[in-house]
Amino acid sequence: MTCVFRRYTPYLVLSLLLILVFPVVAPGQDHSDASTPAAVAGPEPVNPAGEANGNEVKWWVWPLVLFVVTFVMGVVAVLGGVGGGVLFVPIISGFFPFHLDFVRGCGLLVALSGALAAGPGLLRMNLASLRMAVPVALIASSCAIVGAMIGLALPTNVVQTSLGATILGIVVLMFLAKKSVLPEVPKADKLSTALRIYGVYTEQSTGEQIDWKIHRTLIGLLLFIVIGIMAGMFGLGAGWANVPALNLVMGAPLKVSVATSKFLLSITDTSAAWIYMNKGCVIPMMVVPSLVGIMLGSFIGVRILKVAKPTFVRWVVIVLLLFSGAKALTKGLDLPFIV
Amino acid sequence: MDAMPEPYKADEEQLLYAKVLATGMYIGLAVLFVTFFLYAMGVVEPAVPVDQLSQYWDGTKGDPGKKEGVVRYLDAMNKDFLHMDHAPIGWAWLGMLDRGDYLNFLGIAILSAITILCFLAIVPVMLRKKDLLFMVMALLEAAVLALAASGILAVGH
Repeated sequence: MTCVFRRYTPYLVLSLLLILVFPVVAPGQDHSDASTPAAVAGPEPVNPAGEANGNEVKWWVWPLVLFVVTFVMGVVAVLGGVGGGVLFVPIISGFFPFHLDFVRGCGLLVALSGALAAGPGLLRMNLASLRMAVPVALIASSCAIVGAMIGLALPTNVVQTSLGATILGIVVLMFLAKKSVLPEVPKADKLSTALRIYGVYTEQSTGEQIDWKIHRTLIGLLLFIVIGIMAGMFGLGAGWANVPALNLVMGAPLKVSVATSKFLLSITDTSAAWIYMNKGCVIPMMVVPSLVGIMLGSFIGVRILKVAKPTFVRWVVIVLLLFSGAKALTKGLDLPFIV
Repeated sequence: MDAMPEPYKADEEQLLYAKVLATGMYIGLAVLFVTFFLYAMGVVEPAVPVDQLSQYWDGTKGDPGKKEGVVRYLDAMNKDFLHMDHAPIGWAWLGMLDRGDYLNFLGIAILSAITILCFLAIVPVMLRKKDLLFMVMALLEAAVLALAASGILAVGH
């Protein structure tokens, strides 16, 4: 009995943290709802202490809560096998008082920082393939710029609704998408041969050296047009789409797909992040606590990964995304939500 | 006796890319942490007082005639604190490094600019290897990122 309790304590603590954090931040959601009469009427009266009536939270509380929440996200993201961006934007935009423009800018920088931290190691281990990443990145990063410009031009409620629908779509994808550890690629196609997209990596668990090649390169590259646009538009990291595209469509081994996807974010998100930054959508008081939180959380998550049950955490991630996707959808459509 | 096979080594350009990426990341993070400390502790006075920032970050405060979100935020911030001819966008933050909040953009810009340097760093290697197609793609990618960074695409709200 003691063994069972000890075994499941980390998950109980994790679930408790999540349950405790969200009610704390939930009251903040009303601040960003511009359809309320209070928001439309104009500036709130300010008392001599410089705080708006009804907004007496100390200035450091929100950055601190942001740090704690992103720390938990970082842990959960590693264990659940998702990127920080796909959790960050829907959760923060749904339950924090920050406008979606700033959340997207921050989300891209958060995803970018995670990719920058992981990228060098993955490249050195030859798990991430620069040769595969560059042509893909050229398409994805160009389209991410377009996506960012579209996203910033559209009305907020349209983007919020689309974001909610996309997150719910990602949940479906997570349910249905299979993974192929070593896809069957009978022959490299002409495009991948011309671009020299093939490689060898060492499977650490067995010491085996695995040759890999890809096919359906053109279809894969075309998919990254859509992936890039969505990444830029919603501020999502796009890892959720990169991995299926590289693994299931193009036939790259799963480890190479995951590693290259992570590295790819450092390029794709850079282009979109610059657009948001140049448009003024970056607030340092949001970015730095989030960045530090996610990076620390990822660091801890990697340590826990050895003992954790990824399947359980993946279900936690799916439930979180379902909840925040529904929240974003109802917020965009100006419908009541259960919380 | 056969030795265990060595892990397959990455190509020279991939290792160089990784090296530049790692170096730039550490520099960017170090700058970001230092500047944020200076900002949060009030050592360098910000343009927008930290205790009033929360009134603006929901993007609803200010002129209701302006689009809610970053547009209204920049306009309100400019009117209430900056008093500039135009709200600062693009690279305007470079001229505002004496303000604690804008000082943080230095670290953010370094982290965002590293990949451009990485692509430029591998160009000589690809040229030496006569891998011209890959070299052209690397240059194109650097150009795309530089275009995004330039601020040309950010004009007008």
